[in-house]
Amino acid sequence: MIGRIRVIAFNTFREAVRDRVLYNLVVFAVLMVCGALVLGRISLRIERLVLVNLGLTAIALFGIVIAIFLGIGLVSKEIERRTLYTVLAARPVRRWEFIVGKQLGLMATLVVNAGLMSVGFFAALLYLQHRFQAADGFLLVALYFIILEFVIITSLALMFSTFTSPLLSTIFTFSLFLIGTFAEDLRAFGALAGGFTRALTTGLAYLLPNFAVFNVVSEVAHSVPVPGRLILFNSLYALLYATAVTSAAVLIFDRRNLK
Amino acid sequence: MVAIETFKLAKSYQVGFWRQRRREALCPLTLAVEQGEVFGYLGPNGAGKTTTLKLLMGLIHPTSGSAAILGCPLTDPRMKAQIGFCPEQPYFYDHLSARELLVYLAALSGVPAADRQRRAEAVLRRVGIAEHAGLQLRKFSKGMLQRVGIAQAIIHEPKVIFLDEPMSGLDPIGRREVRDLIQTLKDEGKTIFFSTHILSDAETLCDRVAVLNHGQLRGIGVVADLVREVSGRVEVIWEGAAASDAIIGLAAEMHSSGAIFRAVLPEPMLERAVDSIRRSGCRLISLTPVRATLEDFFLQRLEREVETGSTVVSGEGAS
Repeated sequence: MIGRIRVIAFNTFREAVRDRVLYNLVVFAVLMVCGALVLGRISLRIERLVLVNLGLTAIALFGIVIAIFLGIGLVSKEIERRTLYTVLAARPVRRWEFIVGKQLGLMATLVVNAGLMSVGFFAALLYLQHRFQAADGFLLVALYFIILEFVIITSLALMFSTFTSPLLSTIFTFSLFLIGTFAEDLRAFGALAGGFTRALTTGLAYLLPNFAVFNVVSEVAHSVPVPGRLILFNSLYALLYATAVTSAAVLIFDRRNLK
Repeated sequence: MVAIETFKLAKSYQVGFWRQRRREALCPLTLAVEQGEVFGYLGPNGAGKTTTLKLLMGLIHPTSGSAAILGCPLTDPRMKAQIGFCPEQPYFYDHLSARELLVYLAALSGVPAADRQRRAEAVLRRVGIAEHAGLQLRKFSKGMLQRVGIAQAIIHEPKVIFLDEPMSGLDPIGRREVRDLIQTLKDEGKTIFFSTHILSDAETLCDRVAVLNHGQLRGIGVVADLVREVSGRVEVIWEGAAASDAIIGLAAEMHSSGAIFRAVLPEPMLERAVDSIRRSGCRLISLTPVRATLEDFFLQRLEREVETGSTVVSGEGAS
């Protein structure tokens, strides 16, 4: 079972790596970091602040674009191109193993991608500061939170990919990402409202993914430490949310007729 | 021992905007295929052949009925490790080379890591594309992909092999090679279930065939038994035009080339036809019994359906 999941994950990773679009996005990300560097040079005394803000935001945005772009085709493309026939038809591969393998493969791609972009980011930071500071350690926490965001986004894209077209999957996933970014505002609105509206907004706020909790870019840019409790809670939240969404994807995919 | 068994296996789809109409893709199908048999599954396009294969492969779920392969339910992973499947017009991950694809699929089938590379090379040799092992599949022609499809179906040495239109996209040499390969697999004791609408292939290879149309089983049995139903015709060749009108009157199909005439007519009409030829002073050249083909059987069944407007003809003996 583990072996089959690993094999599917590796193939998904290999496919992404051989996909030229991925390389283009990496090049774009490198360009963004270079741009941040230039901006940092022309910003008086706040070079680090500008560089950290732009660098981390670029890594997050490019990662999210890749996550959505690849995630929405993970299953639907396989069904459309009928490549999964030879995997699921006459091999001892269960459908859930296929889903989990695909998701892990995409996560591996995103982690490697974010890692490469981070190397460029830290190189730019070193160039700017000439040495690393103790507060730069918090940047690793911000990067870790970005990866946790990827975990949730890939599971959402994958779930939509099991039952709808790539276009609709993109719209749904991107919409949820946008709503999730403002989840705290939704919660605040719920607290202000009353009756049914309060129940509805509060319910939605808990049901929809909360991406706001992962955004610590502003704090780490100002060298504010990230509490250990937040790291633990965010890790648990991402893990549980992604598990729930992936389980839904498995349930949907299990019932599907692969025409 | 039974290798493949279906019991009232059926599939229907809800169609239309409100999904209120029902379309029967496969009417309750009961059949059994013995181990070591080459079983042909025949029918025109849209007959329900691919639906049956997808049901057996677990790609779609039956509306009713059940099926078993090697005595196991269709969802049993242990059974799945012992079957191979080549879909119609197979598509593969085109970022992989043929060798990489086969190693990948062998890994999923549970082939030990040490054996994967060797087996991939061996099956690529067997299907005649060993020299293209390192080429990315996006550069493969349709015929070459078909061969890769067959290679991936046998790389894990399955006991039962399902082939959906295996000759599709192949040139005459390729078709002959695949026919030889199926024959070799049969000699190795494999059970082969293959769908085709190329009847001559089925006639050459199959121990038994099933004929399907509009999702319903129209006939099942040994090829010789099926074609016997439509045999009993004689080809008559003679020289001289004088007898032609009389022979057309015997409901014969007739062709002429210069002064040479050829007619195919039912056996009971033979005496009268020969008399007519002799009486007309024509020269009888030959009388040859016509060997009926599976195609004749197939066409006759379809024609009978059109004439009677019937849709139900039971399968004579399911195993």
